[in-house]
Amino acid sequence: MKGGTGFRIYAMVYLVFLYAPIVLLPMFAFNNGIIIAFPLQGFTTQWFAALLDDPPLHDAVRNSLIIAVSVSILSTTLGVFAARASTRFNFPFKGPLMGLIMLPLVLPEIIVAVSLLVVLLGLGVSLNILTVILGHVLVCTPFCIAILTSAFQSLDRSLEEAAYDLGETPLSTFRLIILPLVMPGIVSALLISFTISLDEFIIAFFLAGTQATLPVYIFSQFRFPQAVPVIMALGTILVCLSILLLSIAEFFRRRGLARSGAKDTGGFL
Amino acid sequence: MSIGGLFSRIGRSEAASGLAMISPPAIYAILLLAAPLVTILLYSFLTDGYLEIIRQFTLCNYFGPCGTYKMVEGELVQQAQFKGAWSDPLFLTVMLRSLYVSLGVTIATVFLSFPVAYFVSFHVEPSKKSLWLFLITIPFWTSYLIRVFLWKVILGYNGVINSALLGLGIIDEPLQVINYNVGAVIVTLAHAYAPFAILPIFVALEKIDRSLLEAGQDLGESSFTTFLRVTLPLAMPGVVAAVLIVFIPTIGDFVTPQLVGGPEGRLVANLIQLQYLKLDNYPLGSAMAVSAMAVVTAVSLCFLFLNRRFLRGPQS
Repeated sequence: MKGGTGFRIYAMVYLVFLYAPIVLLPMFAFNNGIIIAFPLQGFTTQWFAALLDDPPLHDAVRNSLIIAVSVSILSTTLGVFAARASTRFNFPFKGPLMGLIMLPLVLPEIIVAVSLLVVLLGLGVSLNILTVILGHVLVCTPFCIAILTSAFQSLDRSLEEAAYDLGETPLSTFRLIILPLVMPGIVSALLISFTISLDEFIIAFFLAGTQATLPVYIFSQFRFPQAVPVIMALGTILVCLSILLLSIAEFFRRRGLARSGAKDTGGFL
Repeated sequence: MSIGGLFSRIGRSEAASGLAMISPPAIYAILLLAAPLVTILLYSFLTDGYLEIIRQFTLCNYFGPCGTYKMVEGELVQQAQFKGAWSDPLFLTVMLRSLYVSLGVTIATVFLSFPVAYFVSFHVEPSKKSLWLFLITIPFWTSYLIRVFLWKVILGYNGVINSALLGLGIIDEPLQVINYNVGAVIVTLAHAYAPFAILPIFVALEKIDRSLLEAGQDLGESSFTTFLRVTLPLAMPGVVAAVLIVFIPTIGDFVTPQLVGGPEGRLVANLIQLQYLKLDNYPLGSAMAVSAMAVVTAVSLCFLFLNRRFLRGPQS
């Protein structure tokens, strides 16, 4: 490809814009001062140490981990069903049903949150970790479907037919042929939905009741200026963790595409 | 057996397996998404009671004076008065501001993102494309709240930009135009939704048959007119997807206006949140949520219509 120097510079500047907040985060996390501003005051690790001595934070981490693990398993499972159905079968109401399942991708999260809140309270369900899981599965499933659809799409149908010809049942074919081929997509979907759930704030804010998740806890701390450096330290850890998980997810996604011989169109969506 | 009968039987069994396969996620979405959405629509036509919802149809949550009632000895007694969403000047101001912010974010995001998507699609080697996309998507997945808060830190009165400019001696006192206003909300949201705009445009650009561009240039078009007359129309489906995927969700963000918007930056989602979590007026909150969604849907449909009428996507 020729040319494009101007575009390259523009894209670089754009990346700087995208990464500006993330680059600032560790600077303030290690900054020896309460006020978040330049010039920096010197190096300290006290904000990280403070994280160890904060029981409400530990509760929030525990809640968030329980939620994120459950959500990733549930939404990936639902995603496998939907991706398999939409890539392999034609059935009545396919468009409307898939549209409904994918709707949370464009629906404002506050709408999802308040509508679930109204229904759950109307049914007399008390708000806790479980209600957050219900809401998060709703928003994570479309992302899982997007990843899994490309994994299922690249499957060669003749492999499946060969298995039937050799006497396998649909279930054993799925376990022996399809599952291993889409496994990287499944791992990728698990990791992405885990990351989304861990980071999701709006639904958790409405549906968590008294059991704060990590983002809900972080939001409550923004009111206290003296708590902000500790939150910066926490954020640094979270961002590193997210990048690690996403990199592993990307690795598996690419491996899955390589395994099935598909062309990499890039991206999770 | 006739061929038609055979086909219909295969069709039926495929339909049955397909429906069986889709049923877990579909039932989940119907119970926990479709039913709740219908519920808030219903709630928006009911009467607000004290700690309960009174099943009495009313339009007053949308228009006119409205009240909270309490059942006292079998009779409804009005406890408090409020204005229906569309009769409340505050709601109208905030709704208009939300629309302005969402449109601003959408335009900024799509215009700023298009060249990046174009660059990755046309000027990056195929082997490096997924790395670029990965780099672009990473910030989107990481700690939304902390990113918004950091924009407050960057744009704030004593923020990064101001302290840097002061330190360099370019300005004498902190700039106030950049902090705690609608502009700050737009910058922060445009940052948050950037990958959502880049990805659909990129996908549309990738689908363009490169020989069409060569054909355009062989027929004497300059590279700029080729872009205008070939690339851009073919990329329109991606641009449309980007516009919708940015415009619709931004109306529901209440964290960004709360953290960086200042007193004049509150948006419709803040009002909805207030009704549900603080004032406990579910019918009015539902009416506001339904109204906001209706406005957003109407604007999106207008956009789709104008797009079809004047911008003409590919005729495939």
